[in-house]
Amino acid sequence: MVEFALPANSRVQSGKTHKAPAGAKNVKAFKIYRYDPDSGSNPRLDTFEIDLDHCGPMVLDALLKIKNEIDSTLTFRRSCREGICGSCAMNIDGTNTLACLKPIEDIKGEAKIYPLPHMPVVKDLIPDLTVPYAQLASIKPWMQTQTPPPPDGERLQSPEEREQLDGMWECILCFCCQTSCPSYWWNGDRYLGPAVLLQAARWIHDSRDEMTGERLDALEDPFKLYRCHTIMNCTKTCPKGLNPAKAIGSIKTKLLQRGV
Amino acid sequence: MSTRNRPLSPHLDIYRLPLLAIMSITHRITGVGLVIGLFALTWWLCAAANGPEYFSFVQAVFGSFLGKLFLFGWTLALFFHLSHGIRHLLWDSGWGFEIPQAYLSAKVALVAAVALTVIAWIIGLA
Repeated sequence: MVEFALPANSRVQSGKTHKAPAGAKNVKAFKIYRYDPDSGSNPRLDTFEIDLDHCGPMVLDALLKIKNEIDSTLTFRRSCREGICGSCAMNIDGTNTLACLKPIEDIKGEAKIYPLPHMPVVKDLIPDLTVPYAQLASIKPWMQTQTPPPPDGERLQSPEEREQLDGMWECILCFCCQTSCPSYWWNGDRYLGPAVLLQAARWIHDSRDEMTGERLDALEDPFKLYRCHTIMNCTKTCPKGLNPAKAIGSIKTKLLQRGV
Repeated sequence: MSTRNRPLSPHLDIYRLPLLAIMSITHRITGVGLVIGLFALTWWLCAAANGPEYFSFVQAVFGSFLGKLFLFGWTLALFFHLSHGIRHLLWDSGWGFEIPQAYLSAKVALVAAVALTVIAWIIGLA
């Protein structure tokens, strides 16, 4: 259901301000969403003033600097710091992206950092991703076959067939697109969302998979697939430059071709 | 503590909606606006069937400044919905999913909606 306002326990209150050290010349303010599940109080927005002359270039560097030097309780996911693990997905400057790939200098004025939108928050910048993971499992993201494999080796694919999967296999499941989609905000319990549908398309278009019909059957549903209204926030926000909107369109085309 | 009490992270308030998303929500808003306009059209038709006296009253309502403003909004909504509907047809045919194409079609739809509205009013008032 569409609910524009946040529930009472989710409204963000103003928080603490941590001033930059005296003498810092290149100061930028980071306003960061904080939520402590043990405190029992509402989320708040803390301000951290960072001296950029003593900080790495990316937003993740600033977050690590804050955690190391100012407030060790700041909590966020991160691992590879080079855009391949998808852990540090968050809303930075109004757009979902990976903190490790977002240069601080691209942000004008204060840098506002929130967890991925419209998700339950575990702590600070960590959203609970249980639902999207369950949705991913529901589309069976693995190869399904009925015929036995060739006795002498792998199931082969022509280079052209393999090319069909380009732009889909590269997804790192950071869920930036999933949580950028207003349709997913309002119907996330029934609409599968762009990240999951991109993976569905990845298996539908795989020449080796033998359950294409069943996969399409499973998606032919007013909510699971057709809540996509081509808003295109997903494609706009993808930090890997992939195109979930196009993949979803290709599923709709497949269903249409099958129907006529 | 129970995980059910977890707060919901901010969404619409903090998300910087790109032009593409604004086009999409405007498509829906104009769709609702068109339905409201249809009620007005029905009222106008009923008035015509009712007789010359009541019809001239309704004509005066639509001819007033507020009436014209309403009709202007309705024609703008109509032409926006039409132009953006064609954009949806292009998507359904498989074209326009690349970001530069989507922005191009959005701008063409916007210009077309305004131009068609202006042309309609020039013809209407002439």
